[in-house]
Amino acid sequence: MKYELKLRLLSVALLMFALVPAMAAEGFSAKEVVLEHIKDSHEWHVTDLGEGKPLVIPLPIIVNSSTGWHVFSSSKFEHHADANGLRQGPYGLAIATEGDNAGKIVENGEPVLDLSITKTVAVMFINVIILLACILLSARWYKKRQASDGAPGGFVGFVEMLVMYVVDEIIKPGVGKGYEKYTPYLLTCFFFIFTCNVMGLIPFPPGSGNVTGNIAVTFFLAFCTFVIVQFSGNKHYWKEIFWPDVPTWLKAPIPIIPVIEFVGIFTKPFALMIRLFANIMAGHAIAVAMPCIIFLVATMAAGIFYSMSAVSIIMSIFMMCLECLVCFIQAMVFTLLSSVFIGMARAVPEHEH
Amino acid sequence: MITSLLMDIQGVAQLGAAVGAGLAAIGAGIGIGKIGGSAMDAMARQPEVISKLMTNMIIAAALIEGVALFAAVIAFMCL
Repeated sequence: MKYELKLRLLSVALLMFALVPAMAAEGFSAKEVVLEHIKDSHEWHVTDLGEGKPLVIPLPIIVNSSTGWHVFSSSKFEHHADANGLRQGPYGLAIATEGDNAGKIVENGEPVLDLSITKTVAVMFINVIILLACILLSARWYKKRQASDGAPGGFVGFVEMLVMYVVDEIIKPGVGKGYEKYTPYLLTCFFFIFTCNVMGLIPFPPGSGNVTGNIAVTFFLAFCTFVIVQFSGNKHYWKEIFWPDVPTWLKAPIPIIPVIEFVGIFTKPFALMIRLFANIMAGHAIAVAMPCIIFLVATMAAGIFYSMSAVSIIMSIFMMCLECLVCFIQAMVFTLLSSVFIGMARAVPEHEH
Repeated sequence: MITSLLMDIQGVAQLGAAVGAGLAAIGAGIGIGKIGGSAMDAMARQPEVISKLMTNMIIAAALIEGVALFAAVIAFMCL
């Protein structure tokens, strides 16, 4: 009897996986959904209320075309592309949707100078306002009290905990003596990257923007580190690059080690840029792709649908927890490496003997 | 038949991108696994320095992951 019961349960379970329809899914492209969340765009597409009714926040377009400067809302562009793949708009401008200039504003096929407030820029403004509010309002607490008063509690205590952690564990050991000059820049790095990463994890506006997952943003952060490191280099630092303490046959007549060291000046910030960009972009791609599994299996048999949906939900929760950790770790690693580079540039040579 | 498969450059590029990303994942897994293993051994030996070991382990893991993501970004550009 028990064996028969098990056989029956097994056959019911197997039947739930049968009857998979032979047709393809009706046009849901997971790759497109993921790329749309990662790429920049001229309007902020929040969601779709039903079929074909997108909820979109239009953003200002600021362009300098052949007819001069124009400022208008992105809702003036058509929603759908015409026969040439262009979304027509005012002043003879159009947004190309395919080809080399996909996503850019073109005028007669050539891209124009585009300084619009795109989605990444708008989210960056929101993140900056949130960051300034958190830090400056916390700083006001300290102005009203003496150093001998009690420690702060609540939100100010949380901000102080983070700031003291970064200063004591990351900046002081990294930069060494004279670290006070660099704490403003390094703390700004840490809190900006941390805030942008965390806001990118929130699925609805004002979050959900891909700021640090955009290579232009991380390029600028790495460029700032590069400039500060080079300008704080002392004579010993430049000597170590161009005439290092290695056997003579490695530096003359063919300067092998100096060339390697010189290239190393550029590769270190480059690695900073790529590390932050790839980590955050991959994290956002996974965070969007996990729920897409549910949409992909929506048209299949009941057994596949329920089991894959359960798998997708568990994977989503796990990946989001991992992403929260990655947010903090990437901000910390960026600040740590920047402070270590600054410390190396200011290194005092140890005395021989 | 092999040559006609290889003539489809777009398909070969996508295959290359997929294989490259997979190899990068293997590299990251091996590297971070070794770091985690050594950290576990050290923590079991000296439980009083667990927090210091944890910090350094996280830093080393992030650096290794940076290198693996170099490869992932290049694979993405191949697509």
